[in-house]
Amino acid sequence: MSDDNLVEIKDLDFAYDDRPILKGISMEIPRGKVVAIMGGSGCGKTTLLRLIGGQLKPSRGEVLVDGLSVPKLRDDELYALRRRMGMLFQFGALFTDISVYDNVAYQMREHSDLPEELIRDMVLLKLNAVGLRGASQLMPAELSGGMARRVALARAIALDPMLIMYDEPFAGLDPISLGVIGQLIRKLNDALGATSIMVTHDIQESLQIVDYIYFMSDGKVVAMGTPDEIRASQHPFVHQFVFAQADGPVPFHYPAQALTQELLGKDAYEQS
Amino acid sequence: MSNPRQNSGGALLSGITKLGHRVNDALQRLGFAARFFVMLLLHSGQSFRRLHLTIRELYFSGFQSLLIIMVSGLFIGMVLGMQGYETLQRYGSAEALGVLVALSLVRELGPVVAALLFASRAGSSITAEIGLMKATEQLTAMDMMAINPIARVVAPRFWGGVISMPLLAALFSAAGVFGGYLIGVVFIGVDEGAFWSQMQASVDFRYDVWSGIIKSFVFGVAVSLIAVFEGYDAVPTAEGVSSSIKSTVVQSALAILALDFVLTSFMFREA
Repeated sequence: MSDDNLVEIKDLDFAYDDRPILKGISMEIPRGKVVAIMGGSGCGKTTLLRLIGGQLKPSRGEVLVDGLSVPKLRDDELYALRRRMGMLFQFGALFTDISVYDNVAYQMREHSDLPEELIRDMVLLKLNAVGLRGASQLMPAELSGGMARRVALARAIALDPMLIMYDEPFAGLDPISLGVIGQLIRKLNDALGATSIMVTHDIQESLQIVDYIYFMSDGKVVAMGTPDEIRASQHPFVHQFVFAQADGPVPFHYPAQALTQELLGKDAYEQS
Repeated sequence: MSNPRQNSGGALLSGITKLGHRVNDALQRLGFAARFFVMLLLHSGQSFRRLHLTIRELYFSGFQSLLIIMVSGLFIGMVLGMQGYETLQRYGSAEALGVLVALSLVRELGPVVAALLFASRAGSSITAEIGLMKATEQLTAMDMMAINPIARVVAPRFWGGVISMPLLAALFSAAGVFGGYLIGVVFIGVDEGAFWSQMQASVDFRYDVWSGIIKSFVFGVAVSLIAVFEGYDAVPTAEGVSSSIKSTVVQSALAILALDFVLTSFMFREA
């Protein structure tokens, strides 16, 4: 494994029971970069994040994070690695029974014996970084979608992780919140000297903030490149994705029998 | 043309396949539950080292169930007082009312009814809470923060339930005895001295009280385990969580009644 890459994925296969999700994925995520993994819904993007985080085990292939083979780690080793990772979930996944402040303080209290005064300063700094220091005493139910996402971001960076993973960070946000989250992802990554992997299907926002993009379709990497390369790409899948066309390499229709056959019944179809 | 005989053969085969799948699923789930229980016990250390986690759950499942437990106990005791007096006075032994009320409560009604109430009041809310935490990815988030959700969320709730149950059953019985006293002595006028002294003389600590405590402890383990497992294993959707809550109440009730039969048959063989 090259030292320049924080995450390396080689020939990765993954299946739920008999249903293959990932088919021979290979990727390299260089240190210090923000990398987007894009693709339509259900193409296996989130599964890939779970494999990097060690929540799922691949049926074949290798996932290396900072030189460690994630699927081969024992539970305690995996937990040690996860302490150096932060993850932002699609809908925030904030703990709903405690305040914003306690959400951000959660890991600090669980993983350290730091005095409460120090934790307070750290929590307020993290919340300040996402612009929500004033909301520290609110409960998650009192936050808007965009605010909840920012709190979850503050929580994800609570322990200054080396790797931050974002699962659909832009889903369901208004344009202002979307821009704010996008800028925060970039700024926080650079300020912390971290590496970020972002799973998303928001192409326009991603092109502005990321260093590199992988496109996935049907469990495979179909295209990759820097934002400039992607904008200039003639690849049919990328073209369909960037210009949001309904039909193309990703079909509009879910696989099914012919419409005439379904409407008229099998016998009538054969006679016709 | 399709052959009808072939069709009926196909239906039979698919029926057998379905049955096989169901049995297989049930066995897998049982295995998963057993493994879950072992994991829970292995990760229980934190529940006692960081006692405030368990005390919080004692408050939610134990203390907050007090009202329903005490009021139900009181009413059941009052009904026992009325029914007991009605029957006993026919045989001229109305002063044995205290014994009847106390034994019925301490041996059976206390542990069983308190456990049934506990399952519907606290068990269902434990399942709902854990199930919703799962559905909103809070458990996954915790796991990704290198915090074991079984140790941090599941085990304290389990032990909170296990500790609460015998205490609630005891309080249920105490409220029930008081209810029996109210009806028997205060309203009907059974001799107060006989009521208490016969109760004292006839309720054996080892056979009656102790076996009631053991029962309620076993019910506490069963109900709490079912509640946390159903929540942890819930399908992470609205329907999934609602179906898990229903399963908690139904399975707990069946488990309590079946275990009660088994425990009773062991405990009172020689009595």
